[in-house]
Amino acid sequence: MNLLRFNLNGREVKVADVPAAERLSETLRERLLRREIKVGCNAGDCGACTVLINGDPVCACLTLSHQVQQRDVATIAGQVAQGGIGARLADSFLAGAAAQCGICTPGMVVSAAGMPANGATPSETDVKDALGGVLCRCTGYRKIIDSVLHAHGVGDLPASKSGIAPPGIRMNRVDGSRKILGTDEFGDDIAPPEALVVKIVRSPYARATFTIGDLDSYVKENPGISCVLTARDIPGINRFGVFPQFVDQPVFAESETRFVGEAVAAVVGNPEFMWWFDPNGFPVSWQELPAVSNMDDALAENAAQLHDRYAGNTLCSGRVCTGDPAEALEAAEISISRSFRTSFVEHAYIEPEAGFACVKDGKLVVHACTQAPHMDRDSLLDILALPESGVVVVPTAVGGGFGSKLDLSVQPYLALAAKVTDRPVRLCYSRTESMQSTTKRHPASISLRIGASAEGKLSGLEFRGLFDTGAYSSWGPAVTSRVPVHASGPYEVRDYQAMSQAVLTNSAPSGAFRGFGVPQASAALETAIDELAQELGIDALEFRLRNCLDNGVPTVCGQVFSQGVGIRACLQALESGWTKTRTEAFELNVERESRGDPLRRGVGLAAAWYGCGNTALPNPSTIRAGIRRDGAAVLHQGAVDIGQGSNTVIAQLFVDALAIENMELELAGADTDITPDAGKTSASRQTYVSGNAARMCASSLRRQVARSLNAGEDAALSLDGGRIEVTGSGDRRSLDLASLPVNESGYVFDCQETYNPPTTPLNESGQGRPYAQFGYAAQIAVVDVDVGLGTVAAVQFIAAHDVGKIINPSLVEGQIHGGIAQGLGMALMEEFVPGVTNNLHDYLVPTIGDIPPIETILIEEPDIHGPLGAKGLGEHVLIPTAPAILNAIHHACGIRIRSLPATPSRILAALKETAIGS
Amino acid sequence: MSQLDGDGQVVAGCTDFLPGLRRGSRIGTLVDITRIPELRGIRIEMDHWRIGATTTWTELIKHPLPKAFEGLKLAAREVGSVQIQNSGTIAGNICNASPAADGVPPLLALDAKVEVCTPAGSRVVDLEDFITGVRRIALKPGELVSAILVPSVAESTGSSFLKLGSRKYLVISIAMVSAAISVDRSGTITDARIAVGSCSPVATRMPELEKALNGRQARSVVDRLEVTVDQVASLAPIKDVRGSAEYRIHAAAELCRRAAIQAAGRATCELASTDAETAE
Repeated sequence: MNLLRFNLNGREVKVADVPAAERLSETLRERLLRREIKVGCNAGDCGACTVLINGDPVCACLTLSHQVQQRDVATIAGQVAQGGIGARLADSFLAGAAAQCGICTPGMVVSAAGMPANGATPSETDVKDALGGVLCRCTGYRKIIDSVLHAHGVGDLPASKSGIAPPGIRMNRVDGSRKILGTDEFGDDIAPPEALVVKIVRSPYARATFTIGDLDSYVKENPGISCVLTARDIPGINRFGVFPQFVDQPVFAESETRFVGEAVAAVVGNPEFMWWFDPNGFPVSWQELPAVSNMDDALAENAAQLHDRYAGNTLCSGRVCTGDPAEALEAAEISISRSFRTSFVEHAYIEPEAGFACVKDGKLVVHACTQAPHMDRDSLLDILALPESGVVVVPTAVGGGFGSKLDLSVQPYLALAAKVTDRPVRLCYSRTESMQSTTKRHPASISLRIGASAEGKLSGLEFRGLFDTGAYSSWGPAVTSRVPVHASGPYEVRDYQAMSQAVLTNSAPSGAFRGFGVPQASAALETAIDELAQELGIDALEFRLRNCLDNGVPTVCGQVFSQGVGIRACLQALESGWTKTRTEAFELNVERESRGDPLRRGVGLAAAWYGCGNTALPNPSTIRAGIRRDGAAVLHQGAVDIGQGSNTVIAQLFVDALAIENMELELAGADTDITPDAGKTSASRQTYVSGNAARMCASSLRRQVARSLNAGEDAALSLDGGRIEVTGSGDRRSLDLASLPVNESGYVFDCQETYNPPTTPLNESGQGRPYAQFGYAAQIAVVDVDVGLGTVAAVQFIAAHDVGKIINPSLVEGQIHGGIAQGLGMALMEEFVPGVTNNLHDYLVPTIGDIPPIETILIEEPDIHGPLGAKGLGEHVLIPTAPAILNAIHHACGIRIRSLPATPSRILAALKETAIGS
Repeated sequence: MSQLDGDGQVVAGCTDFLPGLRRGSRIGTLVDITRIPELRGIRIEMDHWRIGATTTWTELIKHPLPKAFEGLKLAAREVGSVQIQNSGTIAGNICNASPAADGVPPLLALDAKVEVCTPAGSRVVDLEDFITGVRRIALKPGELVSAILVPSVAESTGSSFLKLGSRKYLVISIAMVSAAISVDRSGTITDARIAVGSCSPVATRMPELEKALNGRQARSVVDRLEVTVDQVASLAPIKDVRGSAEYRIHAAAELCRRAAIQAAGRATCELASTDAETAE
């Protein structure tokens, strides 16, 4: 009998019969229920599970439990509870908005608490060295650095309120404390340890047929197995997808698999057995088939066809055209033709897909990390052939989404397993499974021709973008419809033709990823714009100012905004920074060259626009709210907060519109049974669309209250001891809430409102009103290129964003920082190679050492459609980053990289070519 | 020790063992050697420094060592992250025998040897001979690495380590170079040792380059040094997601140049400070 004893957060714990190879992370999470330890990779690549052992930070996933025998182990809970630096860090992370989704936050705080205390005040470099082992995919790290320094008495944080603050005022996120303490429950944090475990059997081949063997004997030989699930066990439709006309992805492949990692079966068993479960022992035989590995292969004559229903391996296409681009290009003073390629990009949220399901009161309850609970539920109803009342989806905290958690992942397996076994079940993807099987950013192959007049006015643009959509449709149609609308950039282009095509290949499905294809298109366009400006001898910023959209100027879709176009303001806001950084770069390079330093400074610029909400499709959000007898307002808010902060922003907007002083707010949901459909957390729509619905709901609630008081809609109201009173103007009317009847929902007043952005469908030329509002952005990137090694280090960013109206400055900045970090990753290091880069050390995302200081400039050009004028922001933030970096690389050393990412290999090859050329 | 002859497996920092653990892999007896005091810590013995097998990278960073070890300490700071440095051990890094093991180039540049504890006693093997291929080492069943031995080096020795990756932390190198350069009283290079990692199945010394440096004035190397691709042509890099083979060769040459310049510069500084001490 082995007994493991150690001190956990200052108290001795004893655990019996821990297997020799059990990880400390598992012992802590499953035997001691310390779910504040978050696990992102089980390989030491992400640091989320960091704990202190005898005061030193280590990864709990890389520590054998038996190695802590008689040692001191401290988790985030212990660090904060003991006061001192741990508590100061927790306070500082909250006020400094250093947590977004929160999955990495406990690891960050513990790593910071474990910094060597040598008495000296830490520098930024010390902080980076201490936190370099913890990956964050949301924050861009800058607020983490500031918060750690502040906890050590270095630097100030901007004042931030706790409690719901009025729009425009910096407030702590409402869920901040539990994210920092690790008590927020993510996908794998809900299940009890005894829940049955689901594991998926996946295709090792990009394309194969398969035969499943004798499952009855397999189950009999392995008594730990409760059941095996395959396509035959799906009671409803074995297909899912996000667009009704493109429902094509099977839950379990039926006869042929189409990408490495596609599911063919699920095994459900007790946790002890499943701990050792080896998918290689599963009875299935494979017959590998020739696969279509890229778009060239897919479009070749005689290419193997992925689906009968999509001719020529083409899923769909899109088109926007206006004027006569061929003629305009002919008439142009200069024109250039360029081609551009990008890679698969992995979302790499630190929380792998995970969830828990059980049957409760005859209903299937599915808890999972998701960005789209109602869509999940509707798909599950079809798959399971259940009536609407049969399934409820309860989103857990989401440890980063960025678009990929819009699609189903673990949900159907959980739901089916719970239904078949009638037992609680859990499923957490390994990092490899997550990377193999969930959606990616579409690789793009873009060719464009663009011209300009001698005066520097754009004259003609032809754009063609092929997008590798992988094996199934997912969000491919959203990419092909969105890209042609955006490929002009935020510029006036009278003569324009843009075409997009989604091409099927035997790769993991490409889906939604922050920007839906626009970042790829923007990288191609904005680098070409830079070249045009250069050839004409016009400053790159001036060139963009000469061409940018304005109020009253039609977009390429013929949409004319009479207000709210903020791109000129963004570009103008960069003028002084542009001049300063360009001058400094010039001087620095002269000095560096003279002393033989291989570094070259470069400064680049790019602009962007992005339509908020679905493209030319209905996109409603519904919000419900009620006032209870005890005087609390309850907001049924179904817009999932994936770290971006909708829980906070929508609450701010609601409380502001409700305007009943002293009324406490409670948040209910998200939960498909108690929150109406607030749509998906995608397309930068929650602040705008759900924010509007929340304000409409608050106003209508307010009207009901005012009517009961016989007061006007605009009367000043306040809550005082269970009574709502009309205040000011000597009015003494009041309403005793306790005296009012309570409806079946438990409220004395309640209402539900829906907002749907006013858009129109596009005609066959792509003309119409695809979005009710756009947000605008322009960013400057400052980089150092090492011309001896081809490496690039970002030195500074200046980011100007038109957000219409700032609701919460901390969250706005957080989006910008995080978007820039992802844009930098896409520009310099991120390249998912199916079957090869299935972990977080072969697939690289930026670390804390890679993100330089970011200066944010917030522009408020209000939009009449937005709540208080606010515009969406979530995706705009990364669109200009990659091209700004590419333009900066060119400025530094004269090379144009047209294949992303700009790795040291590619940069050095380009430098050599230039050297030979000259 | 007896366990190691059967199904036993030695583990220490576990930073390679646990990530390599797959569902379904059957595990025999695990022998954790991290609590054996004799296998841990750094001390000077006779004519060499002894670094216990389970000494962690953090312990190495914190231990006062001569300037010649600076390259090794710089490498230790670039092993993964603080978390990995706190757990990972020096012998584990060697026994894992990854072509990209951060510890190997600086140890090669220090002419390190591996002390192997056998049931019959112990033997000492040159590090160069100990790592025989990708994930292959000259360790027989029943044997255990007990220490890394680094021969005492001339006082006027400077060393360096440069790791090239696509990001700042938690990175597996595309290429890395460590140099250790010793000079005599006149500033002439007497012994240049340069090792390159991640560019061949096993990190390797660059004897031709070393020969070209020996006999040169360290100061002149600092002022001007060219390293051509031909001089590192003995490397056999692979192409992978981190970089092309051609790029690795080019980067290796450039890193050798920079590492040698840094080491030569540090050696002359060392020389100057020893002279100053003598003058006092």
